[in-house]
Order: sequence, then structure tokens, then C-alpha cells
Amino acid sequence: MTQITNLVKSLADRHGRYNESLLPILQGVVDENKFLSEEAMVEIARELDISAARVYGTASFYSFLNTEPMGKHVIRVCKTITCMMHGKNHIIQEIEKTLKIKLGETTHDGKFTLVETNCLGQCHKGPAMLINDTPYTNLTPEKTREILQSFIENEALSSTTNLN
Amino acid sequence: MNKVNLVIDHIEVSVAQGLNILEAAKQLKIRIPTLCYHEDLCVAGNCRVCVVEQVGSDRLLPACATPVAEGMEILTNSLKVRNARKSVIDLLVSEHRAECTRCYKNGECELQSLSSEYLIGEDTYIDLVPLKNYSIDYFSPSIIKDDSKCIRCQRCVRTCDYLQDIGALTVAHKGKDMKISSFFEKPMYEVVCTNCGQCVNRCPTGALIERNYIDEVWTAINDPKKHLVVQTAPAVRIALGEVLGMKPGNIVTGKMVAALRRLGFDSVLDTDFTADLTIIEEGNELLKRLKGALVDNNPDVNLPMTTSCSPGWIKYVEHMYPEYLPNVSTAKSPQQMFGALVKTYYAKKVKIDPENIVSVSIMPCTAKKYEANRPEMQASGYRDVDLVLTTREFARMIKQAGINFEALENEEFDSFMGTSSGAAVIFGASGGVMEAALRTAYEIVTGKEVPFDGLNITPVRGMEEVKEATIKIENTLPDWSFLEGVELKTCVTHSLANAKKVMDSVKKGEAQYHFIEVMACPGGCLGGGGQPIPTNLEIRRERSKAIYQEDAGKPIRKSHENPEVVKLYDEFLKEPLGNKSHELLHTSYVRRNRY
Amino acid sequence: MSKKNLKRLDLIFKNEYDGEHILMKTMEKPNQEIVNELIISGLKGRGGAGYPTGLKWKLASEAAGDIKYVICNADEGEPGTFKDREILTQVPHKVLIGMAVCAKVIGAHEGFIYLRGEYKFLMDSLLEVIDDFHVLMNKVGLDFRVKIFKGSGAYICGEESALFESMEGHRGEPRNKPPYPTQAGYRNMPTVINNVETLAHTYSIFKYGSEKFRDLGVQDSRGSKVFSVSGDTPIPGIYELEFGMSLQKFVEDFGDGDSKAVQVGGASGFCVPRKRFDKTMIGYQGKLTGVSLPTGGSMMIFNSSRSMYNVLHNYLEFFVEESCGQCTPCRVGTQQLLLGIEAVKKGQRPSDYLDKLLSLAENMRVTSKCGLGQSVANSFSSIVENFKEEMIY
Repeated sequence: MTQITNLVKSLADRHGRYNESLLPILQGVVDENKFLSEEAMVEIARELDISAARVYGTASFYSFLNTEPMGKHVIRVCKTITCMMHGKNHIIQEIEKTLKIKLGETTHDGKFTLVETNCLGQCHKGPAMLINDTPYTNLTPEKTREILQSFIENEALSSTTNLN
Repeated sequence: MNKVNLVIDHIEVSVAQGLNILEAAKQLKIRIPTLCYHEDLCVAGNCRVCVVEQVGSDRLLPACATPVAEGMEILTNSLKVRNARKSVIDLLVSEHRAECTRCYKNGECELQSLSSEYLIGEDTYIDLVPLKNYSIDYFSPSIIKDDSKCIRCQRCVRTCDYLQDIGALTVAHKGKDMKISSFFEKPMYEVVCTNCGQCVNRCPTGALIERNYIDEVWTAINDPKKHLVVQTAPAVRIALGEVLGMKPGNIVTGKMVAALRRLGFDSVLDTDFTADLTIIEEGNELLKRLKGALVDNNPDVNLPMTTSCSPGWIKYVEHMYPEYLPNVSTAKSPQQMFGALVKTYYAKKVKIDPENIVSVSIMPCTAKKYEANRPEMQASGYRDVDLVLTTREFARMIKQAGINFEALENEEFDSFMGTSSGAAVIFGASGGVMEAALRTAYEIVTGKEVPFDGLNITPVRGMEEVKEATIKIENTLPDWSFLEGVELKTCVTHSLANAKKVMDSVKKGEAQYHFIEVMACPGGCLGGGGQPIPTNLEIRRERSKAIYQEDAGKPIRKSHENPEVVKLYDEFLKEPLGNKSHELLHTSYVRRNRY
Repeated sequence: MSKKNLKRLDLIFKNEYDGEHILMKTMEKPNQEIVNELIISGLKGRGGAGYPTGLKWKLASEAAGDIKYVICNADEGEPGTFKDREILTQVPHKVLIGMAVCAKVIGAHEGFIYLRGEYKFLMDSLLEVIDDFHVLMNKVGLDFRVKIFKGSGAYICGEESALFESMEGHRGEPRNKPPYPTQAGYRNMPTVINNVETLAHTYSIFKYGSEKFRDLGVQDSRGSKVFSVSGDTPIPGIYELEFGMSLQKFVEDFGDGDSKAVQVGGASGFCVPRKRFDKTMIGYQGKLTGVSLPTGGSMMIFNSSRSMYNVLHNYLEFFVEESCGQCTPCRVGTQQLLLGIEAVKKGQRPSDYLDKLLSLAENMRVTSKCGLGQSVANSFSSIVENFKEEMIY
């Protein structure tokens, strides 16, 4: 069995093989793999005995259930009104510059993906972004760069540890 | 039943509780326009074309999705309603590629007729089509899906999900990107689509249409080197009139034959002939399987046996129940049997090189197009069937040819392969194959007619979802004494959601059947995906009535008594399930994935 | 930064841990009495729609069926709203006690918190609180368990029937109504679905009595309200204030001295221009309260430097993406409004095209299937009508 088959099976064991388990299972796969591959969706459909199209239709409805490959760290910058008013574009430019990617892209090493998102519920502390599940608020370009640097350093650290 | 009193357009009416406003208005002969609503499907309430005003309420109500309530006062045509409705239609037109004059559904599009009714003009919203990345899927031999024509009413999704329980189509994405999609936006021919065409029957616009072969047929007709043989399925003759200005339930066999001759077909023959042949082959196959199971105790014999006439059903089994493929009769469908005989038996008799024969079929079905294209369907060395037209395409050719259909004199099919029994005619209705098979099998086994008044096996007829009939076999002929006292258990079902119920109960061992008839479409072929639009239960009932009327009026009612079939065995096939039959009339199936 | 005269209330965020006491008290009371208490308090739904909470509980308690559910709607997605996040961070136990009392009243044994995906970081702390809560449930002898259901990024799932669909494993598409949740909600069973803040308020009501709550606020808008204040303000944040404040007073307290407009109720709310500040009250619509604007608590202030065209454009982009897409007026209407104002701004369409868009917005209001499409007209019309000169090329 492939990694994805095992993952889906264990998620189905945990959440049960009901229609209602679909979202938790989809979320579980995204937590693990950052996105839902075709194979993952087929496995989920098989486990829940529903059509693959339904899995796709449901997944594609939710912004956080990506059906395209994503980097290890997903950066979601809020683009809604108050974050826009308080300079989210500067934050995005800073991230683009630091990571050398454009909005919507993933870094070559597969570590970071940059996207925009709708209101994060941090309007009093805008601009705001989520990196994975953690919110970062009151962003300035400098602060953003520092946050990214710490992620980049951690990544470098973990890759050297892996080499050892 | 509790009644609810309400007022619609100032007319008082008392209707059954639980009805919606649309149905209540219908009782007053008030037509409220609809798009996403379809009588065969669950209510969606998403197009908002049917909005009406409730006096005293600020917001409008969707008539299809709002149950009637005591004392309600409804206006279906107030200024507020008209403005709102027009705005909704205008919005739909703005995201629809409105190239009406170039559209296959021109003149038959529900959005088009509503735009015309509501005078949607030039002064309109911004055209969204150029901003969308619409795509057209024309890879399937049966169905073309054009997203640029889609108005997202979801009739197709509901059809595929609830009527057919396949789930080849879904709603994907949200907001401005929301669209009707297959799994991962793959082409239809790569997914679980059975090509049944029920979505095509219900699509209000040109977003889902049959792939048409009209020009190919005209080209062949006009090629002097080609000899064109056409066969017409049983369900075509009882529905064709609907597209040509007649009411549902008219039998137009004679006019249909006349029209085919006028179009230029060289030989006008009848699929009913091979429907009779199917009964002989499939009936004998059933008896052989019963013998294998009951006498020889052969563990390799698979029962229940299911019918194989419906190509939608075949593809469904291949995807969803591949483990039951050995249970499906190996007999080809009447269309394919006919095609195989045209290129062999017929060609030999009329002394024409099969190379120069073009075998055309007129079918109530879109899946027949796929079936004809299956690689295995050319055992004779030639394609059994070259071109398949639906009832709708055929009607269009009649119109193109300028034929006044209603004024045509009745004509007879050509002989040979043109004669048929009443048993063949009823193939077009759910339960028909079963009834035809029982008429013949019972007589083979007992030497007597089936013990039903006037040969009418009524328990397997009608629109009930799952029909069962048990026939006790008594006083068998010596060869069949092993069947003495056996209660033959049969089951008939139609539409694939019902087929799933039956197959699941078979799988669980809850149901013990010997023989199951499955038709992929509601009502059987008479409700096929290639039949005239619109369709609903009432229309299908009318078509069904016509079919049984045609059967009752036939001089021959049993397949085995069809003289041309008898002759075919004498001259060519020799015996049922014989070598020739196996080569030409039987087939095999492909295991496919559900995912 | 703070302003001297700001009169902040401290009901919701006050650290109080007498859930056990409240529960013991309510366990002894007949359900009818609890419902009456809520009705008397005048508490209305704090998600924005303002349905009387007591009535909702009453209907669900009277609905036939053995299986019923209590759901806390924590899918706070309205732009400019962030109060529920704060309540779930500071005083989640109050919300759970509110759910427990509701469960007792309607006869539910299962409850859910539908937590928006963007607030996943709250999960761990909430789960801890829920564990404690379950210990309390055992102690007081109430057969009621609460689970968290996590959303995945869809604004529309805050609409209650879309939320049920989402929980049932579907696309978050709103259902046709009727039936309403109290008749057929989650799993088609009678369901009470309340906003986070509403449930937290019930805690205060059961603790201090309905009169104390009722004493706050004005006719039709009783009690206190948690406001999410953002935009051009020196003191953005979360404020619990008495209902019934005029917008003039609000701007004096929160504005930067140059406020040109306030958006009350988020992207789906209304935009009030400076000239109407003194004529507008924050609260639910009522016969006696005059011009009042309901809000889920989102108050966004814009000063003179802001282009209201940009503001509207941002809202419309939001709706174009967050519409579920199933009904025509919302799916296509939002796109037409967005492209329409762009076209007018660029001079591709004449300025009177705005009139066509205004009537489109009105048609969307009366024909859309759910609150999303119905309320796009609120911001659209109030911005276009009041700031027409900013919309034109």
C-alpha cells in the first residue's frame, strides 16, 4: 500500500466511514500532505463508498482544501478590506522578494507557497497572515522578513540535521 | 388529505398540503417559468427564475421550493416579479455563450425561449463569457459537454446523482468559478459516465448534447458507392412524432419507414427483428444456465443472469459491479446483432460487398453510439454498426429534408430482417425484454403459452421502480423435466439508481433471482437519453401505452414465431447458441474501475 | 491608546467561573421558565440577523423528535468581525455553559462548535476547556457532549443551513427555507444554532437575571454588544458596549477625527456617510428606534483619505469569491456588480449604468437564496448612493 492509501485508511478508521467524515478526512490529508492529489481523492471516495467526483466537488469548494500541490509552509496573506487599507500589498511584495516567488507560486525547494486569502478575523491587527495555522499580525515589511527568516533558518537547520 | 387555501393571482384555490406554489399554480393553469426545476428531479431552487411575490412579504419566493401555506396570497406576474425574473434571465444570458444561431439547441433551448419571452435585449449586463476559461469536452462518442453554454442549474448533477446514482458529474469550486465538472475536470469518456444521456435529456441549454453524426449520414447517403442499411429501435417509433409536432403516445411506424426511404436509405429494416433474435439467444442462454445450475450443479454457472440490451447498464456494471460481469448475458444488444448480420447474412443475400455497406441505426439512446464504437463490436471483420443517430437527430434530418412527416403515407419495412413480433416491440418499455423472454422460454420448456391472459405479463409492466414476477413451471416437455415445479424468479428494474438497489440486494444475498432485466433509463428505452425532449413521467406513460398498443395489434406476439428469424436460423445460424451465433451475436465485457 | 469617556462594559469578558452554579440552578428550573427568562431579557442573535434567542430555543424545545442538536456558530467570517475569536480565547467556558443550558431546554445530547478553519490555532486550548466541561457535565448529571467541527475556509458556511451541509460532508450550499433549523437543521433534526457571542450572553443572563440584561440598551435592542472596531481608528480592537449608541457618538469615541464613513455590519452591512452619523443608531430595526442598523459587531471606519470605490471594490471581490455559486442572482450578480463598477470607473460604461447596477442589487436582495446574496445590496447601494462621485470616471 502506498503512503496515501495508508493515510486515508487511518483517517477513515479514526473518523468513521460516513458521509460526515468527508471533511475531517480531507482536512487530515491536507494536514499531512498540504494538498489533495487525485490519488488521495480516489482513495477517500473508495473508503467512503461515494463517487470520486463528489469528493472533488466538495474539496474544491473549500479554500483551505487545496487540489494543487502546495509547499511545506503555506503563507496566506489576508486581502480583505482593513488589511488592504493597512498595506497588505507591501507585505506581499516583501514576501515575494524574500522568497523569490510571485503570488500563487511555490518556492523551487517546495518549502513555501504564497497565496492571498479572505478575511482572517484579525482586522484590528492588520495586515495579517497565516503561516500554516498560525496567525501573524500587525505586520510590517521588516517584521515579515524576520518571520520568514526564522522559517528559512529552521528549514536549513532541519535539513542539515537530516544529513547527519 | 389536508387542504390548504390560498390565493394565486387573485384566484382562490384549495390544494393538498405539501404541494409547492408551482404545483398549486399549475392547478389553476398558471404557468410559472422555471429552469432548474424538473419534474423527475428533487427541487434545487437555485436558478430563481420561478420567483413569485407573496403579498406583504418583501422578498420574493421561489415557487418550486416554497410549500403552500394557509392564507398565502401569491402574485406570479407582478411588476416586481417581472423585473426580478427578467434580471435573473439577463444574468444567466450574461455568463452563457449566446451564439444561438450557431447552437445545436437553437430553437430547443429553454434559456433561449425565456430570453425571447422576457425580451432580453441589447441593453444588458457585461458579457462574462470572454473572461471565463470555458472548455468543451468533445472526446466522448456519445455526449458533448460545453461549459460555455452551462447555466449551472444542476439538473445534470441531480440526474447523475439521484436518478442514476453514478456521480460522474458534480458541482465544483465556488463563487464565480463554480461549475459543473467531472472528477478533476477529466473528459467524460475517462470517468464513470455510462453515456446514458439522461443529463442530455434534462439540460435546458446546449451545455450537454449528443454528439451528432447527421452530416456523416448525409455524406454516406450521397455516396453512390455506398449501400445504406438502416435499422430502427422499437422505442423510436412511439416517440419520434413528438419532435415532429405530434402528441406523445402516437405510433408512427409507417410514416417513419416512409421518411427513411425519402431520406435515401437503400434498405429500411427493423431492430425489432434482432430483438426477436435476442430473445431466442438470450432465452436459450438462460435455459442453459438454469440447466447448468440445477442439473449439472456446475459452480461456474452464474445466476442470476441479467439482460444485456442496455449499453448504459453494461457500462455501469463494468464500472460498478465488475464482479457481476459473468452474470450479464453474453448476447449482444439487438443493435449490434443487427449490425453483425447486416455485414454477413444480409450482405451475402443481397450480394453486396460488406465493405460498401454503411450500417446506420436510429436509437432512442446516446449510449448506443458508444456501444457501436466498442473495439470488440466487429467480429465479422467489419464494424457491426457504422453510425448511430438518436431519435432527435433523425427528426432533424426529416426536417432538413423538407418532409411533411404528418402527411406521409404509411409504408412497410423491407423484407427480410424487417419483420418482427409484438414481443420485440415491447423491448422499448421497461419489462419488455422480460415479458418477451418469458413468452418464448415458457413455451420452449412446456410447449404451452405463458399462463397470462392474452400473453400480457402485466406484473413486469409499468413504471414501478422494482418489479418482481415469479412463474411456476409446470407440465414440462421431456427435455426440460429438470425444470418441473421450478419457480422462476424474475426481477425488472429501470434507471441505474434502482439497478443499484437490486444489485446490492443480490450482492447481500437478500434477493434470489434467476433473471433480471435492467434498463439504464427511466421507463426503459422509451425514456432513453436520445429521445425527444422534454421528458417526464406523464410523457413516458404515454409512450409506454403506445408500445403495448403496438404489441397487442401485432399478428405475431412471440419472438420464436417470427418467420424471418426462423428462416435466419435455417439458412445461416443453424441453431441458437451455435458457432455462428457465438462468433457474431455474442460478446464479452471489460472490467473497469469505479475510480 | 485609550479615550477617556469610553464607557466599556465588562459582562462577557469578566472572568467568572460559576458555570456549575448556573447549571445547578437551571437544572432545577422548568424549561418554560428558562425560555421565558431569555425572552424577557430581549436577547437577539449576535451573529447579525437578530433573531430572538428565547424564541429559537422555545421552537426547538417544542419541535417533535428525540434527537436534537445545539450548535455554536464560530464560523466568524464577516470582514471586520473578530469578536467571536476573542470570546473563544478569553471565556470559552461561558459559551459552553450556554450550550449546556440550551441542551437541557431542548433535550439535546450532542453539541458542536463549528470553528472556522482560520481559527484552527484555537483548537488545542478549546479542546482542553471542553474536557473540563465534560467533567462538569458528569458532575451535574447532564448527558451532553460537545465536539468541535472544523471548517476549511468558506465564508458562506456561517450561513446556518450551509453550515449544516458542511458538517454533513457536503459543499457549503445554503438550503431552501422553510424548513428552518429549529424544525429540521443538522441531520434534518431540530437544531438550535447560536452565534458564539449569543451563547456567552446567555451565561450572563442566567447568572444575573434577565432584568439586568434588559436594563441595558434600548427598545428592540437590549443588552450589551461586543464590537469589532477596525479601519481608520487610533484604538482598533474589541469593545463591549451598551446597545443603542448613535453613530455620531461612536465616531467621536473611535474615529480619528476625520471619519468620512462607517461600515456597520461588515461587507454585508451598510455604509453610513458622515452626514448621517447623528441620525443613525446601532441596533436592530424596530418601530421605536428609528433608523437603526443591525450588526454582527463589525464597525469599520474610513477617513477622508480612503477611496470608497476601493472599499466597495474590495467587498465585491470578496463576494464574487465567497458566494457559494448555486443561485443565479448571487453568483452572476456579484460578478456583474464588480465588473460594472470597474467599467464605470474606467469610463467604459456611462455613469447611469450605476442605476442599472442599483436595480440589479435590489433584485439580488429580493431573489437570492440566502443572506449572502440578499445582503450584497446593503453595502453596494449605500456606498454607490452616498459616494456616487467617487464611482464615476
